[in-house]
Amino acid sequence: MNPRFTLLLLVMAGLVVAFAPLPVRPITPQERTFRIEAGQFAYSPYELKVNPGDTVNIQLVSTDVVHGLYMDGYDISIQADPGQTKTLSFVADKPGSFRFRCNVTCGAMHPFMIGKLNVGSNHWLFRSIGLALLAVVGVIISIKQKT
Amino acid sequence: MAKIELTRIPFIKNALKSRYPQLAVFIVMLVGYIFAILAGLIGTPVGSHNFSIVFVWIAWWAILILVAVPFFGRGWCAVCPIPLPGEWLQRGAVLSPPDKKPKWLNLRWPKFLRNIWLQNISFLLLALFSSVLLTTPNITGIVLAAMLFAAIGLSTIFERRAFCRYLCPVGGFIGLYSQTAPIELRIKDKQVCVKCEGKPCYNGSANGYGCPWDVFPGGLSKNTHCGLCMECIRTCPHDNIAINLRPFSADLAKPSTRMDEAFKAFIMLGSAMIYAGVLLGPWGILKDAAYNVGTNAWFIYAFIFLAIIFVILPGFFTLGILKTKGTLPLKQRFASLATALIPLGLMFWVAFSLSFVLTNASYIIAALSDPLGLGWNLFGTANAVWQPMLTSVLAPAQTLALVGGLIWSARTAQKAANEIKASSTPVIVFCFITTLVMLWLLL
Repeated sequence: MNPRFTLLLLVMAGLVVAFAPLPVRPITPQERTFRIEAGQFAYSPYELKVNPGDTVNIQLVSTDVVHGLYMDGYDISIQADPGQTKTLSFVADKPGSFRFRCNVTCGAMHPFMIGKLNVGSNHWLFRSIGLALLAVVGVIISIKQKT
Repeated sequence: MAKIELTRIPFIKNALKSRYPQLAVFIVMLVGYIFAILAGLIGTPVGSHNFSIVFVWIAWWAILILVAVPFFGRGWCAVCPIPLPGEWLQRGAVLSPPDKKPKWLNLRWPKFLRNIWLQNISFLLLALFSSVLLTTPNITGIVLAAMLFAAIGLSTIFERRAFCRYLCPVGGFIGLYSQTAPIELRIKDKQVCVKCEGKPCYNGSANGYGCPWDVFPGGLSKNTHCGLCMECIRTCPHDNIAINLRPFSADLAKPSTRMDEAFKAFIMLGSAMIYAGVLLGPWGILKDAAYNVGTNAWFIYAFIFLAIIFVILPGFFTLGILKTKGTLPLKQRFASLATALIPLGLMFWVAFSLSFVLTNASYIIAALSDPLGLGWNLFGTANAVWQPMLTSVLAPAQTLALVGGLIWSARTAQKAANEIKASSTPVIVFCFITTLVMLWLLL
């Protein structure tokens, strides 16, 4: 096969893997409440899973010093003093995987105090794996074409 | 793509031949470096508000790994202030023509240490303590000062820049990754060098010093040990030195067979993966272990860290290439094929650093106004609120870096395998699996 045509096919396949819309299973949105304990330098639980459209209530409890929770992608945050509980409520209307981070300087490892929110499945990870696989296939094809 | 000689442009050539532009940058860098040491030692212990942490581990690191190394190779070494005081002391001059009479011991570096093993060890030493180093200003201050004094000490004992060439923990990986950069310093005509009397590029002349990196430019075929100090451009009497633009990773076409460089590739690849899990992952137990130096948990962390780098990754790699037939013995095949890990490791670091830097870059704005965390407000930005930047494009950018790195490495593996007449498939599979792990850790 013409190498340029192969490359074109691979690029098109890559675009499909990266951007093609995926079928969405209809799920009735629910209200979900999580109690997250924040202590130097981790959240417990450190990973939350919800479905797109769910209303999420995060009750943040700080167990030692003042901690915060900033949600990447949603640009919302909350802070809790030790012993206090603060609640952050939002509708998880953006699917994907998001990090949440402490937004109050809480000690040396503060910049690395991180948790994870998965809204639906982590499609981007699977798309990225697909792209990596496609990349390897592309390189192997190009090796075969040269030999 | 053919090479483009940048030194044919008079402005660039004149700027590189003159010592003054470089000296001006050196002085700014040296002032910044000394200020970072002082800030670390006397400034606030809160890392995210201290110049030493914010400017060294966020601003400098971002420039180094996202721009300087990928595009300029050893460009950072060309302006690094660490060797300067020692070099000035060694020469007994800042700008004057070199004096032939050595002022200090001026010993040759021991032959058995003429490799990058010491740089591998110095990097690993910092890497094992990195959670403390990255977050604790006084430790950063002490380490920066120690590097400065080590460079001064070695300059009084050994000739040239022994610290940069053989000990600097940063210089080791910059050298490795500089092979991928689209810029190089090379001679124009080999015959001119062969006939050149006195070899002033190596031995020095009234116009400049002999190569501080102990490299004879006439024999340069890789970027690894050329520090882009530009001395040879000044000393060459035949105008035979050029700075060229070239395709990315041109040096990797001829794979190295050195084990020190092969293990440097594993050290960097493994460190990026471990940091992605420990620092950017959600697992508090790993952060505790990495931070609490001297505890049992830290010793286990250090053991696992070293095991991943020296046993697990090289072990799987060796298992993969064990059955492949090649013209070289296994040890040399291992070293040659490990060349493929150089672009992959660089892109792993780019992907890791994108997350770390974009999340914490807003600290730079506040630290500009209050570099010591003493309540100053020099530019009115001291109270700038922390805000992660560009988080919506972070995941796609990381995917681009990692998948791009995988393609780059697979192509490099193919070339390295062709050189030694072996199969590239096991190396490509190894790169693919490590990329999957990195994708899982970061996304």
